[in-house]
Amino acid sequence: MTADTSTIDAVAAGEFEHPDPIANQAFGFWLYIMSDLVLFAAIFATYAVLAHNYAGGPTGKDLFYLPYAFGETMLLLFSSTTYGLAMLATHKAKRGVAMTWLTVTFLLGLGFVSMEIHEFHHLILNGNGPERSGFLSAFFTLVGTHGTHVAFGLIWMAVMMGQLITKGLTPPVQSRLIRLGIFWHFLDIVWVGVFTVVYLMGVM
Amino acid sequence: MFGKLSLSAVPYHNPITMGAVVGSILLAVLILALITYFRKWTSLWKEWLTSLDHKRIGIMYIVLALVMLLRGFSDAIMMRAQQALAAGMSHGYLPPDHFNQIFSAHGTIMIIFVAMPFLVGLMNIVIPPQIGARDVAFPFLNSVSLWLTAAGALLVMVSLGVGEFSKAGWSGYAPLTELQYSPGTGVDYWIWALQIAGVGSLMTSINFLVTILKMRAPGMTLMRMPIFVWTALATTLLMLLSFPVLTAALALVTLDRYLGMHFFSNTLGGNMMMYANLFWMWGHPEVYIVILPAFGVFSEVVATFSGKRLFGYTSMVYATAAIMILSFAVWVHHFFTMGAGPDVNTFFGITTMIIAVPTGVKIFNWLFTMYQGRIRFTTPMYWTLGFITTFAVGGMTGVLLAAPAADYVLHNSLFLIAHFHNMLIPGALFGYFAGYSYWFPKAIGFPLNEKWGKRAFWCWLIGFYLAFMPLYVLGFMGMPRRMAHYANTAWQPYLIIAAGGAAVILVGILCQIVQLIVSIRERHETRDLTGDPWNGRTLEWAMSSPPAVYNFVKTPVVHDIDAFTDMKEKGIAYQKPDRYHDIHMPRNTGAGFVNGVLAFVFGFAMIWYIWWLAILCALGMLAGVVARASDDDTDYIVPAAEVERIENCRHMELASVAMNRPAGGRATQNILPQE
Repeated sequence: MTADTSTIDAVAAGEFEHPDPIANQAFGFWLYIMSDLVLFAAIFATYAVLAHNYAGGPTGKDLFYLPYAFGETMLLLFSSTTYGLAMLATHKAKRGVAMTWLTVTFLLGLGFVSMEIHEFHHLILNGNGPERSGFLSAFFTLVGTHGTHVAFGLIWMAVMMGQLITKGLTPPVQSRLIRLGIFWHFLDIVWVGVFTVVYLMGVM
Repeated sequence: MFGKLSLSAVPYHNPITMGAVVGSILLAVLILALITYFRKWTSLWKEWLTSLDHKRIGIMYIVLALVMLLRGFSDAIMMRAQQALAAGMSHGYLPPDHFNQIFSAHGTIMIIFVAMPFLVGLMNIVIPPQIGARDVAFPFLNSVSLWLTAAGALLVMVSLGVGEFSKAGWSGYAPLTELQYSPGTGVDYWIWALQIAGVGSLMTSINFLVTILKMRAPGMTLMRMPIFVWTALATTLLMLLSFPVLTAALALVTLDRYLGMHFFSNTLGGNMMMYANLFWMWGHPEVYIVILPAFGVFSEVVATFSGKRLFGYTSMVYATAAIMILSFAVWVHHFFTMGAGPDVNTFFGITTMIIAVPTGVKIFNWLFTMYQGRIRFTTPMYWTLGFITTFAVGGMTGVLLAAPAADYVLHNSLFLIAHFHNMLIPGALFGYFAGYSYWFPKAIGFPLNEKWGKRAFWCWLIGFYLAFMPLYVLGFMGMPRRMAHYANTAWQPYLIIAAGGAAVILVGILCQIVQLIVSIRERHETRDLTGDPWNGRTLEWAMSSPPAVYNFVKTPVVHDIDAFTDMKEKGIAYQKPDRYHDIHMPRNTGAGFVNGVLAFVFGFAMIWYIWWLAILCALGMLAGVVARASDDDTDYIVPAAEVERIENCRHMELASVAMNRPAGGRATQNILPQE
């Protein structure tokens, strides 16, 4: 029978009239994450090339204090966990609980960004800014690109907390929270790479 | 307050530049005056600038591409004229400083602001209907992409009259682009124009990947997609995975220039060669980004005008995929002479040669499609035939250059220039022209004049050979690229022939302008009432010309690669639905346009170090994103009664064609509406 139909009734068949927008948006966002990963890959590669171009300046061993970077790592990793708890709360339609966990996530993320800004500030004050050597240019750019991503994630999270208050857990809000989650966990994974390649290998 | 910007930024002292500036401004004023005179401002804003309709966005992309083609071609003809003159004692009419800007602008414009918008425009017009969809997956993102591309193009145009353009070539090799060697604003114009347009391209790629992978009509499996959709899929994948590398490379140049970092400097630990690697990791896939959709156009055109199914559909798909993957493994062939060593160069030489294999498969597929076909020699078919013959020559010179030993002799000579123009003019531009004349009646509602189209084709083809074959010879004679002046007068005769070729191409472009005017004037007689002027094979021809805003009143069901031919053969191509329903469509919004304006001002402010303005624009764009992301009511409804009215008009037109069918009329073969 179906072999003879040339068209289907669009409305009756629902899904063809409205291709599931939430699934499409999530898929589109995964594609964006792929492209962002390529961006990070290019900057990681650049860092790898320049990692020993100290130009007579300080090396990673001179500059990096591992416990500090480890503290940053912990803040970010725990913020991923708390984001997951927030998402669990949205699945159970518990707006208040979700709000609480989002606030905790936001504060952890803010802590991370603040620590990073403090580290940068400290380095620049001591004359070890990005213009000092190829190594430091690459360091500031790689770590800073990740930090900028986290900062935008924080702005996004603030907007989502506002939407949670004004709109509640509507399907579009939930869809946006899913995508923010993908973004947030993605930044976590990138940070694991940064921590390993920049800090751990830097002090070796 | 105004950063580095002052009145001295306007090049008053250069009569040639000022001529171009005054000409551009006069043209813009004339267009604005005409819009005002015909009172079109409201409809321009409501129906075009704010439109989220993929068909209109596609048309605007192509208008942008054609306008920028005129600009890029003006650069080309100036270079040819300069090189035809500047031999021995003569220094031509262009100072070296200006000549360098021209060749940098020519390359940047032709790749980023002609090829890219042209192919994205064709994809916009054709992809959703070919897969039986109402629109793209993200109509608003589509509008944002368009206006970001336009903002980048406008930055290049503004550099004519305010400041200067880059003198470091379109590829912007380090360390020439470092602040120390290029202290002016030229490189900054180049950076921001590419960066802003590049973000637009990235968004386009996400949009079309989701559209193609998620929104195909029922029955359209991957292996039933039209070849143009396949090539668009490959192109958008390449865009998704390569444009971020360009973004990164440009960002690093920006950091070097603006914050004094040392990525590509030749002091304090920078590494210049890394730039070449990063740039071509994007740059080589970019070649296939612009060529693959043109291959798709040729495949559609050949099948339609041979009246046959495309030969070797499956091999065409695999060839496209093979080219797509290999294109990421050849980038070093752009700089064999950098000295990466024999092992590395051999690897990249071999991968480069391997790309000729899937491309050859495609050529044979097109030839076998024509074999024993009933070929109609229309303008799109002319472009296709011109492409197949000319592209084969370019491909062979490419295999020559792929041998590192030969490349050491020919690197950066005019042989290379001849080679890549021999790939990109037939391989990309002819394809876009074929698509332009093939889908023009679909998008606009009447066909382009055939006579002027063929005249344009012959001028382009002959002009191409005249302009570029001498450059192969000059390459063997040792002439390097990008010379504002040369002492060896033995080169001059060839350069004069090449300049003549450029003049013939100019006649071709004039023919295309005449073609457009003639076609518009005779539009009432030539109107395409059927929606299927070429006896097409794919779903876009099932719609009216121009299509209704919602494309298909009912989603088609696909049973065959040539879905529309299949429907026509079964006699079910023009069925009326039993009843009509409301249709949801995205509502127009000016947010995309405003975002483009902000991006342009942001770029301009960054170029001239006007920090407060840049921050203001960045905040404006961010606020726009947040506002749009908080708006959950972005659709409107086309009521069932309105749908019924539109569809009844369509069926009356079809009936009128069936009644007045002239014997053997081209436009009405085989399109009897079936009730």
